[in-house]
Order: sequence, then structure tokens, then C-alpha cells
Amino acid sequence: MTDPKDFIAGTDSNARKSPTRVVFVTRRTSAQVKVTDEDQLQTYPEVLFRAAVAIEVLGIVLVLISLLFNAPLEGLADPSHTPNPAKAPWYFLGLQEMLHYFPPVVAGVLIPTLVVIALVVIPYFNINVEAEGLFLKDRARRLRIFYAVAIGLSVFLLFFDVYVALVPTLVVAAVMLVAANSSPESSSAFRRYLASKPLSYWIMTWFLVVLFVLTAVGTFFRGPGWSWVWPWRS
Amino acid sequence: MAKTIGNYFDELRGTRVWRSVFRGGTGSSTLRRSLAIQQNVFLHLFSTKVRRRMVGLSATWYLGTLTFGTFLILVVTGILLMLYYHPSVPQAYADMKDLQFVVSSGLFLRNLHRWSAHAMVFLVFAHMFKVFYRGAYRPPREFNWVIGIILLLVTLFLSYTGYLLPWDQLAFWAITVGSNIASAVPLFGNKIHFLMLGGNLVNANALLRFYVLHCMILPLTAILFIAIHFWRIRKDGGLYAQQSEPKTLAARAAGSAAAKGAQ
Ligand code: HEM
Repeated sequence: MTDPKDFIAGTDSNARKSPTRVVFVTRRTSAQVKVTDEDQLQTYPEVLFRAAVAIEVLGIVLVLISLLFNAPLEGLADPSHTPNPAKAPWYFLGLQEMLHYFPPVVAGVLIPTLVVIALVVIPYFNINVEAEGLFLKDRARRLRIFYAVAIGLSVFLLFFDVYVALVPTLVVAAVMLVAANSSPESSSAFRRYLASKPLSYWIMTWFLVVLFVLTAVGTFFRGPGWSWVWPWRS
Repeated sequence: MAKTIGNYFDELRGTRVWRSVFRGGTGSSTLRRSLAIQQNVFLHLFSTKVRRRMVGLSATWYLGTLTFGTFLILVVTGILLMLYYHPSVPQAYADMKDLQFVVSSGLFLRNLHRWSAHAMVFLVFAHMFKVFYRGAYRPPREFNWVIGIILLLVTLFLSYTGYLLPWDQLAFWAITVGSNIASAVPLFGNKIHFLMLGGNLVNANALLRFYVLHCMILPLTAILFIAIHFWRIRKDGGLYAQQSEPKTLAARAAGSAAAKGAQ
């Protein structure tokens, strides 16, 4: 008589890797599951329902705002009468603030182009993908580079009197120094958090803080002739 | 037993007409629910399942969803506004006044469009930073990040071109300030400026160009890229669910080990 089968067979397919996979599991071994599937929700209806609720809440908030506040409408456009100051929409006021310090080629063309390029290339650099804490490896050399860049940038901003960008730059640099003097073994959770942050985190955070400050200054602190005004003393 | 709304809906989904329209069919089995997504030309942009922890508020803060929500509101209110608006000088401004004082709910319509536009610009920035800080730009999602940047620029241009349409002082001078920047581009500056405005100054031609961009070209571009953006999320394996910074976990573990050692 023939021997009893001493294996079991199964098939599976993963179209991306191989069309069909056949497994043979012998009696003395057992199939092992290495990866467990995560708990998942059905898109229909669960996730779509949540998205709909989120959008509805947003809609209600916007309707309330629209009932309470009217959109601005000034007098008919008049090319012969320039308002002072003439301001761009709020999301461009960071740019307009830069125009106050630098010639239009730099503030209006070069800087925005560089920002867009910098954003686009983020995912294409392995250093951003691995995202290791900036000062965890090769600390001495990286600290030297950091000092050179931070001091160079600060002197540059000082030279052009761009205090509105200088102050946030110094604040971020100070936090980076704390990060450089922290490690994964630090006793405070905040310092462990800082120590784990990679280069891209610091650049993006610096960009976010500067953008926020410039936009706020352009919106609230600039009056006739782009002079400094205090919004509460108008 | 009294019928619930759900029962009526199920009955409706079973009718011949409904089933001729929606290919998914009836029933609430996992298969049927998957088909409801897969067999629908719009919904099939999305995956049929989403990891539970990516649906929670903390994962994305729903910022992408909300950005899309503002876009929907803007399309609806924008089409209604187009019914009352002439892109000509000075009629455009008179139409604004009509919307405010003559058209019923016109003021509300304009307010909703305006505030939603501001909200969209804000949300698209917020969404970008959120995606960045949770590390979701990592491969294979690089190109969806790039599509995101395109959407960011389209959103800014949409908002900017819309800013001119009321043809009031605010609009005129904001666009004058902005378009002058284009002149600063080396070599082609003045040509770009002229092309943008259809003249050397912000005038009736500029209004018409901005109107076409704002109501046709840019919204269609946005719709196209939003569709690709959503489809890529599915193709790239769903929302990014890894620890955003690989080192954070290690750092935390080391930290708690150190804390234990100190005790
Ligand atoms: C009109 C503008 C946009 C819309 C409607 C939109 C919509 C969405 C939605 C609904 C999601 C799903 C998850 C979430 O909410 O985070 C998402 C994910 C994503 N978005 Fe956007 N987005 C827009 C702009 C952007 C921008 C400006 C960026 C970045 C530069 C971006 C990059 C991404 C990436 C990389 C993902 C995938 C995240 C992951 O895999 O976890 N998007 N987007």
C-alpha cells in the first residue's frame, strides 16, 4: 500500500510578486504566520460615513461664519487711486514682507522657487527617508556645520535688517542646541523627543515658524508705506 | 416590527432600477461592501478597506478630507455665483452689489464662497505639514507628495485669481502688487506679466483671463490632480501607518529603560 501523504499543499497568489505561490508544509513543521493583518474597516460604509460627518461639521462651521461675518467689498476699482498700504491676500503677505527687504527678483522669484523645489525634493533624499536624529551620529562634525549655517544665516538676516526672520531663526537654533545636547537616554521626555528629530524636521519647522511670523507681521503689523504699526493702537 | 430607514434603503438598493445604476448590488456582506467601492467609477479611487488606526482623528486630523470638503463647497457655491456674475468692467462690481442687496441669499452665497476659499488655503497648508510631520512622504509615496505640491500651487492660484473677480479696490491693488512680482522674473518677466494680464496693467482683459482661469482651467486641473492624489493613496498601499520617525520608538524604549535603571 502507498504511504500516507506526509505533506499538505496550499496555494496563494499575490499578483504583484508572483502569479501563484504553492506551499508544501510537511508534517513535522507547521506553517508560521509572520505578519498579522491589522484590524481594518470597510471603506463602504464606515470610512465614507466618517468622512461625510467631518465634511458636514466643516460645512456647518463655515455656514455659521458666513452668517455672522460679511466678506469685504470696497469701492469700485480705481487705477488712479492707490490705497496705502496695498496688501496682497494674507497667504502672500509673508512674500510681500520679504519684498520689503530684498529686490523683487530675490523675494518674489528666487525665494518662492527655492521653497517649491525644496518641498518637491524632500522625499527623494535618503537622509529624509531614514530620518535619524540629527545629532545622534557624527555629532562633532554636524555641530560644526550647524554653527556655520546658523551664524551665517543670522549675519545675513542682520545685514539686511530682517529682524522678523532673525528672531524666529534664533529661537529655532536655540531649540536645536538643546537637541544637540540631548540623547535618547536623556531623562526628560521632551529632550528624548528633540534628540530623535532629523534634519528635515528642523528645516521644515524653521520654515513653518518663519512663514507664520512673516505672515502675521504682514497681516497685523504693517501700515502706510509698509511701516511698523501696533494693531491695538490704530 | 416597524421598518427602519435602513430597511427602506435596503429595499431601494434591491430594486431593478437601482441595480441597473449601481453595479455593486445589494447586501451587506464584506464582498458586497467591497463591490460597492470597486464597482463605482468614483469610489474605486479608494481602497476597499482602511486600517482602523488610520481612521482615528489623531492619524490625519482629517485635514485632507476637510480640504476636499472646502473644495466641494467652493464648486457648488462657485457655480451658483457664476449665474449672477459678468466678467466685465465695471459690471463685475455692480454684480457684487446686486449679490449683496438684490439677489436673495446672495450675500450669504458670496460669504460662504469667500470664507471657504480662505479655509481651503489654510487647510491645504495644514494638511501638508501634517503629512510631513508624520513622515508620510516616504517611498513609495514620493510622487503623491509631489502631486500634493501641485495641488498646493493650484489652490493658491485658484484663490489668487478669484481675488480679482469682485473688481473692487482690494481686488485691483492686491492683483497689481502680485502681478508686478512676475515682471521681476529675469529675461521673460515682462512677457509673463503681459501674458498673465493680457496687457501691461490690470484691466478688463486681465479680469477676463482671471475669470477663465478661475472658473474653468484651474478647477479642472484641481479635479484631475485630486483624482490622481486619491488613487495614488490606494496604489501606494493605503495611508502611511508606520511610526513616523523610526528613531522615536528606539529612543523612547531606551529612555524608559534608563528610567527603570535609575529607580
Ligand atoms: C487640494 C488639495 C489636497 C487634497 C484635497 C488632499 C486630500 C488628501 C486626502 C483626503 C488624503 C487622505 C489622508 C489625509 O487626510 O491625510 C491625502 C493624503 C495625502 N496627501 Fe493630500 N490633499 C491635498 C493636498 C496635498 C498637499 C499640498 C500635499 C503635500 C505636499 C499632500 C500630500 C499627501 C500625501 C503624501 C498623502 C498620503 C498620506 C499617507 O499615505 O499617509 N496633499 N490627501
